[in-house]
Amino acid sequence: MSLATTESVAEIKARNKQLIDEVLKVYPEKTAKRRAKHLNVHDTGKSDCGVKSNLKSIPGVMTIRGCAYAGSKGVVWGPIKDMIHISHGPVGCGQYSWAARRNYYIGTTGIDTFVTMQFTSDFQEKDIVFGGDKKLAKIIDEIQELFPLNHGITIQSECPIGLIGDDIEAVSKVKSKEYDGKTIVPVRCEGFRGVSQSLGHHIANDAVRDWIFDKISPEAKPAFESTPYDVAIIGDYNIGGDAWSSRILLEEMGLRVIAQWSGDGSLAELEATPKAKLNVLHCYRSMNYISRHMEEKFGIPWCEYNFFGPSKIAESLRKIASFFDDKIKEGAERVIAKYQPLMDAVIAKYRPRLEGKTVMLFVGGLRPRHVIGAYEDLGMEVVGTGYEFGHNDDYQRTAQHYVKDGTLIYDDVTGYEFERFVEKIQPDLVGSGIKEKYVFQKMGVPFRQMHSWDYSGPYHGYDGFAIFARDMDMAINSPIWKETKAPWKDAPRPSLMAAE
Amino acid sequence: MTQNAEHVLDHFELFRGPEYQQMLANKKTLFENPHDPAEVERIREWAKTPEYREKNFAREALTVNPAKACQPLGAVFVAVGFEGTLPFVHGSQGCVAYYRSHLSRHFKEPSSCVSSSMTEDAAVFGGLNNMIDGLANTYSMYKPKMIAVSTTCMAEVIGDDLNAFIKTAKEKGSVPAEYDVPFAHTPAFVGSHVTGYDNALKGIIEHFWDGKAGTAPKLERRPNEKINFIGGFDGYTVGNIREIKRIFELMGIEYTILADNSDVFDTPTDGEFRMYDGGTTLEDAANAIHAKATISMQQYCTEKTLPFIGGHGQEVVAFNHPIGVGATDEFLMTLSRIAGKPIAKALEQERGRLLDAMADSSAHIHGKKFAIYGDPDLCYGLAAFLLELGAEPTHVLATNGNKAWAEKMQGLFASSPFGQNCHAYPGKDLWHMRSLLFTEPVDFLIGNTYGKYLERDTGTPLIRIGFPVFDRHHHHRYPVWGYQGGMNVLVKILDKIFDEIDRNTNVPAKTDYSFDIIR
Repeated sequence: MSLATTESVAEIKARNKQLIDEVLKVYPEKTAKRRAKHLNVHDTGKSDCGVKSNLKSIPGVMTIRGCAYAGSKGVVWGPIKDMIHISHGPVGCGQYSWAARRNYYIGTTGIDTFVTMQFTSDFQEKDIVFGGDKKLAKIIDEIQELFPLNHGITIQSECPIGLIGDDIEAVSKVKSKEYDGKTIVPVRCEGFRGVSQSLGHHIANDAVRDWIFDKISPEAKPAFESTPYDVAIIGDYNIGGDAWSSRILLEEMGLRVIAQWSGDGSLAELEATPKAKLNVLHCYRSMNYISRHMEEKFGIPWCEYNFFGPSKIAESLRKIASFFDDKIKEGAERVIAKYQPLMDAVIAKYRPRLEGKTVMLFVGGLRPRHVIGAYEDLGMEVVGTGYEFGHNDDYQRTAQHYVKDGTLIYDDVTGYEFERFVEKIQPDLVGSGIKEKYVFQKMGVPFRQMHSWDYSGPYHGYDGFAIFARDMDMAINSPIWKETKAPWKDAPRPSLMAAE
Repeated sequence: MTQNAEHVLDHFELFRGPEYQQMLANKKTLFENPHDPAEVERIREWAKTPEYREKNFAREALTVNPAKACQPLGAVFVAVGFEGTLPFVHGSQGCVAYYRSHLSRHFKEPSSCVSSSMTEDAAVFGGLNNMIDGLANTYSMYKPKMIAVSTTCMAEVIGDDLNAFIKTAKEKGSVPAEYDVPFAHTPAFVGSHVTGYDNALKGIIEHFWDGKAGTAPKLERRPNEKINFIGGFDGYTVGNIREIKRIFELMGIEYTILADNSDVFDTPTDGEFRMYDGGTTLEDAANAIHAKATISMQQYCTEKTLPFIGGHGQEVVAFNHPIGVGATDEFLMTLSRIAGKPIAKALEQERGRLLDAMADSSAHIHGKKFAIYGDPDLCYGLAAFLLELGAEPTHVLATNGNKAWAEKMQGLFASSPFGQNCHAYPGKDLWHMRSLLFTEPVDFLIGNTYGKYLERDTGTPLIRIGFPVFDRHHHHRYPVWGYQGGMNVLVKILDKIFDEIDRNTNVPAKTDYSFDIIR
């Protein structure tokens, strides 16, 4: 039985505060002072979680964060399937991010679809010395020749590009003109910009605004007839098919999804989005910028939603429906009712095995708050959470809608802090990424990767919740965790010795 | 409704349901502005042709699906091979997240490494403060015995001087003056991960042998009977290094493994997380100067390290990822000659057993054509073994191979009647390989996980040997070196061959006359 269920909130708060004090002791004074601002125990009623966020990581600690390139190429642009995304600079960044996020898509890879490929300018020393603009221009020519069915090209800048002062915007303009106005998007997402992948999301959003939206002529008509029920899914990367198990619900309630951003997305969908009647936003962190822009410029409202777990799904379907007429509202109720038996069956099966189990999370984007409801649907409790690259508005949303009194909050947690917290709190499950997975499994703590769904998924939507519940059960209740201590370790002395 | 609680459908099956299929079809036709399917088919066919191959091979600037990573990955791989050592990468932090993920995905193990987290201000003013604070934090938090510093492309472009920075950091009290902080410049725009391995290993050895960056007297060599061993960047390091230790022990040879990361990438699950495990002790790293000789299993991973070691008076020998009988013979005979000890009887028996296995099975491999890609040394080792088996390593491609490597490969091909129609492709990538496989088909492909796209496109069955292998588990635990390693490689190849025969003969009443039970 976990500590959290045996102690009062006051005791938990005191323990968590003491825990924070303990981990800070290991740092040099200056570092301890800085890290202290990122750790807190949540007090109900506060407007945010009481931690500073979106600040530089401290040198020399093991941060889990990525960089702006990872945010732009790895998250936002990479999944746009019919465009070719050039990792512009040395070979590594593209290699490490190659097919790493499981952004599922339908298409003929290498012919009209390019997500699980690695295009790079493979910078050499001479490119650093003389600049890479000429090479980039040539790369675009070669792409046009070898991959003629691509619908567009983006240039994802790696660190050296900004440092040596290459003019990728100029190259993009010239080449776009040369190829009849082809969409060629330069993205200044050099890894040293900002403090995490978060700025990369923002930069990527701005590039959509400047190089796609601003280039569409106002009279341009989408290839389809508009309807009053047209919506766009924003901020779903289709990890293991998440956006599909979400889209199907929106369509079942009578809406029409005219674009998916950016998992399984296409250039045509990006271009059509300003025709939507509502943008529904899943990952607020990575795509609120473009949603706000569309609201200001095109008057398209947007609403956040959460498709993890039946409680939040139902709440979100009703919220989305509230923007439409009775037909859609009825549609939402119909969808909720249709899936209720499935949800009842899933909960009946898994809740008894998971009731009272505790979870600690550390993830990116929306997940440190959004999945809490799904765990609660299964009778589980999230006792600690934090964001890799959240901003204050993420912590506000977390405090106001998700976390309980006494929850341990850790922003940009360091490897050291996370290990100590887990060691002391002894949760039944940790949900984080690949870099954390094996650390905790070695410690004998069940773990699920909550970036990649541990190669499972989808987790979004009703269909996804069944998989989520099964996966949490199999992680926590796997028989192997009973074996982590060898039986002779704590056993009484063997009888052989006694017989002597 | 397809999903159900009793039998939860995974993504494999879920999206094959009619409601999803309909939804995806609607999405495509209405909103994706797709190309005419006939046009997609036309381009798909065209991309298989010799004409496409010619255009593909004519490209000069674009790289598509390269089979190489960047220097710092190799530096991190080496650094964790020393006792209690934490790699510290000076540059932007996102890179470190990538190296850690990459190694974790291959080994299914934790991978510890810190960054100096340089951002815009460091780009303008240099990263000195990041080094000063970073070393202090690393030292106090993770209590490593040694911090091994390398760079990313960012730090290299702005020209940060590691030697001066570390000196200053020590003066500012980040770490004690006598604390070991070896370093290497590892720009990502030079060479590849094997170059990074080389530079970082040389940096560490140089630190211990040549006076710890001016803070201690240079070591004087007092020759002893030990032999140093360097594995090189190797996805099989866990199995391989343990196999090599076994061989040394069988022959009674005293040895030092330089950069022994076999334990840190294979820690037990027993309730404890070991950030550091095993590794070459710092004492052994220093004392390695006294050894009789240094053996590198990978020439292209030690192009700078070996001459440096040789310059200190030792004999140095490099192999090319020896796999199979002849290459292991050569390795053991060299070992025996240098150590002045006979080859162990047990190894002789293992040799006979490998030959026995080859005799039993080579009929199934004889005359088969293979394509291989990977790091230069691995390609060489695999090709040499295939020639021993009477197979033809028809296309051998290394994105990080150079002209000299290609010449060496051609020399190997020329040495065997089975190498007559074989070619080496230095500096080419997997999109080139795709053209090769379409225009000059082979029977099997050997390479890392990324080859699964080639397998799908061209229908060439993939045998996974290389780095990274993300989509199969635990291969790294089995050696590919030594006679026993050769046996593992042989079995891997044979399993795929037999799977393919079964797959091609399993249609009842049509092809199953060859669906044999005895082979």
